[in-house]
Amino acid sequence: MTKPTGHSGAATSGYLDSASSEPLHPVAQEVLLGALDAGYADPLRLHHQGRDARLLLDNARAVVASCLDVREDEVTFTSSGTQAVHLGLLGLLQGRERVSTRLVHSAVEHSAVIRAAAWWSGRTGGTTDVVGVDANGRVSPAEVAAALSKAAGVLAVQSANHEVATLQPLEEVYAVARGRDVPVFVDFAASAGRLDLPPGWSAAAASAHKWGGPAGLGVLLVRKGARWRAPFPVDDRADRRVSGFENVPAALAAAAALQARLAEREQVNERQFGLVDRIRQRVAATVPDVEVVGAPDERLPHLVTFSCLYVDGEAIVTELDREGFGVASGSACTASTLTPSHVLAAMGALTHGNVRVSLTRDTTEDEVERFLAVLPGVVARIRERAGVA
Amino acid sequence: MSERLEVDLELDCRGMRCPLPVIRLANNIDEVAVGQTIGVVSEDDAARSDIPAWCRMRKHEYLGEDTVADGAPRYLVRRSS
Repeated sequence: MTKPTGHSGAATSGYLDSASSEPLHPVAQEVLLGALDAGYADPLRLHHQGRDARLLLDNARAVVASCLDVREDEVTFTSSGTQAVHLGLLGLLQGRERVSTRLVHSAVEHSAVIRAAAWWSGRTGGTTDVVGVDANGRVSPAEVAAALSKAAGVLAVQSANHEVATLQPLEEVYAVARGRDVPVFVDFAASAGRLDLPPGWSAAAASAHKWGGPAGLGVLLVRKGARWRAPFPVDDRADRRVSGFENVPAALAAAAALQARLAEREQVNERQFGLVDRIRQRVAATVPDVEVVGAPDERLPHLVTFSCLYVDGEAIVTELDREGFGVASGSACTASTLTPSHVLAAMGALTHGNVRVSLTRDTTEDEVERFLAVLPGVVARIRERAGVA
Repeated sequence: MSERLEVDLELDCRGMRCPLPVIRLANNIDEVAVGQTIGVVSEDDAARSDIPAWCRMRKHEYLGEDTVADGAPRYLVRRSS
């Protein structure tokens, strides 16, 4: 067995990829360790160990419901954010099958939505229509209205974009969908724990490891009264929306992380928003032929994306890692599929030389300054090697 | 585009991955005069986004896409400055 080799415990120096996975919140770590001892049993059993697990699970659900301002019976814990997306979206489509099997979604949805859409089309023959975005990656409510002028089963629009940070105009989108009586599915993984999710969705999904909870724990929300039908086999466990044994310790740790995150979010958001502003300005000023993409103001606090002309995405990720910084990239050469980010392509942005920087809750000003200091040299070296005239 | 444009320079970038087709285009833009055209033949998916983006960033005109005889996409650029 390979032993984990954490670099320096909770300190995450140089790790700038919280949008892929935020380090476990210290509160969640503590709760997780305790819950591993107390929450191993089957919460459906009547023995006292089972009742203990059940209490922890109910507590996790109550905390998440209160943090997200929803009813407890609207919360389902899943085994990942992706599973929550699949269940939420496909369950709404299933519930609307007799009205229309047509799905409308934005061009910049997470791949979990896009893959579920393709699966749905293949299975039901239902059509999928994609609503385009502007140069900042923002969905146009007018285009949503045009797409919904034909009968539709479900509309899927994210709360905020996971690659470029742009917030989507959910209130306006809801109003359009309400006028057409079309239920809305919202992937709010990018904003959960950072920004409130405006009500108006019929189902929504998020992922705990994006807010400092453990990985392998998703949250599915299904609005009471929504026409949602289980798209996959169910079992006779506590929650009729999902099958399989509940991960009680992870659910409790996720709930604790969310609660802690909400308590500190004003300060964390403000600090991150300012640091991202600084990155946006300095990158544009110090790196030639660079494009900082995504909305400058109406955005997530912690995330920024830019693309450097003539730079290989894999090279820049590798070079920055060598300098001590962990970043993500939407460039084709860094993805397993060899296709560039569909988000950047939909925006008409440069897809190569792409760097996504996302701050963790404890990223310091000093780390950001060190990153900004090494970046121009890294880009210049890669360009020189590539023989750019 | 139904009728194929006669370009002043064609760059065969088949087999190259991003960002090589764009680097090749940038290194050859001075080979044509202002107002003349270059065609970049590339089967790399990223070129479809990145050649128009390069034109926007470097202030050249992107004319669209057609195909060469064997069906590979060709991206058309007019040098503007």
